[in-house]
Amino acid sequence: MSAAATTALPAATPTVTPEPRASRAPLWLILPAVMLFVGIVLVPLAMTVLLSFHDWGQYKGIEPVLILKNWQEIATDPYYAEMFGRTLRIALITTLVTALLGAPEAYILNRMSGRWRGLFLLLILGPLLISVVARTLGWALLFGGSNGLANKLLMSLGVISSPLPFLFTETGVVIALVHVMMPFMVLSVWAALQRLDPQVEHAAMSLGAGPVTIIRRIVLPQIMPGVLSGAIIVFSLSASAFATPAIIGGRRLKVAATLAYDEFLNTLNWPLGAAVAVLLLAGLVLIVVGANALVERRYAEVFR
Amino acid sequence: MTTNSRSAAPLLELEHVAKAFGSHVAVEDFNLAVAPGEFISFLGPSGCGKTTTLQMIAGFLAPSRGTIRLEGCDLTQVHPSKRGLGIVFQSYALFPHMTAAENVAFGLEMQRVSKAERAERVRAALAMVGLSGYEDRHPRRMSGGQQQRVALARALVIRPSVLLLDEPLSNLDAKLREEMQIELRQIQRELGTTTILVTHDQTEALSLSDRIVVMSKGRIEQIGTPQDTYERPSSAFVAQFLGKTNDFTARIEGAGPARIVAGGWSAPAPVGLSGPVTISVRPERIGFAETGLPGRVAARIFQGNHWLFQCETECGPAIVVRPNDGLAQPGEGEAVRLAWRPEDMSLRAGAAA
Ligand SMILES: Nc1ncnc2c1ncn2[C@@H]1O[C@H](COP(=O)(O)OP(=O)(O)O)[C@@H](O)[C@H]1O
Ligand SMILES: [Mg+2]
Repeated sequence: MSAAATTALPAATPTVTPEPRASRAPLWLILPAVMLFVGIVLVPLAMTVLLSFHDWGQYKGIEPVLILKNWQEIATDPYYAEMFGRTLRIALITTLVTALLGAPEAYILNRMSGRWRGLFLLLILGPLLISVVARTLGWALLFGGSNGLANKLLMSLGVISSPLPFLFTETGVVIALVHVMMPFMVLSVWAALQRLDPQVEHAAMSLGAGPVTIIRRIVLPQIMPGVLSGAIIVFSLSASAFATPAIIGGRRLKVAATLAYDEFLNTLNWPLGAAVAVLLLAGLVLIVVGANALVERRYAEVFR
Repeated sequence: MTTNSRSAAPLLELEHVAKAFGSHVAVEDFNLAVAPGEFISFLGPSGCGKTTTLQMIAGFLAPSRGTIRLEGCDLTQVHPSKRGLGIVFQSYALFPHMTAAENVAFGLEMQRVSKAERAERVRAALAMVGLSGYEDRHPRRMSGGQQQRVALARALVIRPSVLLLDEPLSNLDAKLREEMQIELRQIQRELGTTTILVTHDQTEALSLSDRIVVMSKGRIEQIGTPQDTYERPSSAFVAQFLGKTNDFTARIEGAGPARIVAGGWSAPAPVGLSGPVTISVRPERIGFAETGLPGRVAARIFQGNHWLFQCETECGPAIVVRPNDGLAQPGEGEAVRLAWRPEDMSLRAGAAA
């Protein structure tokens, strides 16, 4: 561009400065990314939204009309309220449990010496490295009815008299989700801990603070942004998780993602599936953006 | 003041304190008695064990050997949070999520000081370091110098028995550092708080301290007042580390009244020395004279209030500093003779390295 500018310069009239062209350059440069975004995100999204207003019948299939039938069904049928409620509940409990376990886990991990830290970090990241299907089936093998390995063992030891219910329960889904979501929480808190000045704890100690006070008053407030951003990631991933609820929850315990899947691929009611998916997306975006704004305002001082 | 108080019982004592990290010995046989109200500096190059020693006093590191006593009581079994020491860290280590006032108030809260008294003491502490009006600022919105002051106020507000400062000024620019040095000394004098300052900056140690502990490779090289340490360094290391110094190789000649001879310069020798010796003289104590060590001015550098001469002599290179008093000075290439008073030099056996 500079070569072109130098050769073109003598011919250009003095009133035309290269200024405006230079300032337009960034716009041209982001064009490919914008096109990609529009092409693979916005257009399909708009089509899905449009689809949710179409009609559908067992024999007539999809009719491209604009009606509110699907939305009315979701709004009035308590089945959908229960299902979205369950999705929200599972995501919230999963988030809470990962935060309560993950934050201390990251803190302890951060204080370990080099070799142990590497080992335990690998253990924590482990679930992410294993396919979601294999991992979830592992849970099913351990706790699946009276044939589950763990259930068998506990029963033969006489700890329990009947197999622990795990498959097709919300508890089971939450436990499996916590297992796979933990790395996101630990890594997020870990990143916040890295920014912590290690001397700050010594400073608090020298001022007379005990270990509990140091964690409550000094460490926790500083890693809270990390916990909250981890919570946002975990919440949105759990609320839209598909494989884990599909295998552990099965057909009996549907969540929004598995319901949308069933509408698309089993019932073939694409418009209703689209409406469920759009509602899930809109709800998630609202919650995540809102939470993020809250976090950033509340912790403005902790962020650099 | 210091001479009086030193005869009193020491406030802080370190006896044969040592610290090893694995096989690496960071501090070796550290002995020091600090009198109440004294301002002590640990001075030495990076890695010589200053921070390690300070951390042992603070309680963040346990000594491998030796005892540390505060007001006669063994500190080794006392938890850092119960030692009542004020510490200013090199990184300041302020609590970033608290305002300046909350930072300063934290130690008082831990001591369960009443809310009214707390507010008053926080206000006074911030005023003392010149930060009135900054109570509600967060550390990230303050300059390095201001953060430094908050850290100082936070350490002092709890009325510590000893104030420990680990290179507190090394992150500040030269001008601010000088201002803070003066302020630190003033505050310390006013409060009379016994203070230990860790620094690798010799001017800082010289200008602030009652006594300097010069350290090298985990050992104490010399303990003394700034003037003593500067003028009578006990080792080549101290002489080199505290300001510039010239080392000349000289010989002891003659018997009966033996004399030290360095080229054309000579003086009566103290008894008990023989063979080659090293003479150390500070650059500002050497003058140009009619007789003395012959040499040639290799370079002459004007530095405002003084001239710096780099000379070559038969006993080795020499640096000479002369005040810019308006008198004529020798030019580059000129032959000169260097002379100094015998009391301005220190002697060591053996040739200069
Ligand atoms: N935690 C530690 N583990 C191992 N070696 C250390 C540790 N802390 C300090 N050292 C070593 O001890 C020596 C003294 O360190 P330090 O007291 O920090 O020096 P200074 O503060 O004088 O620069 C250095 O050689 C350093 O590498
Ligand atoms: Mg240090």
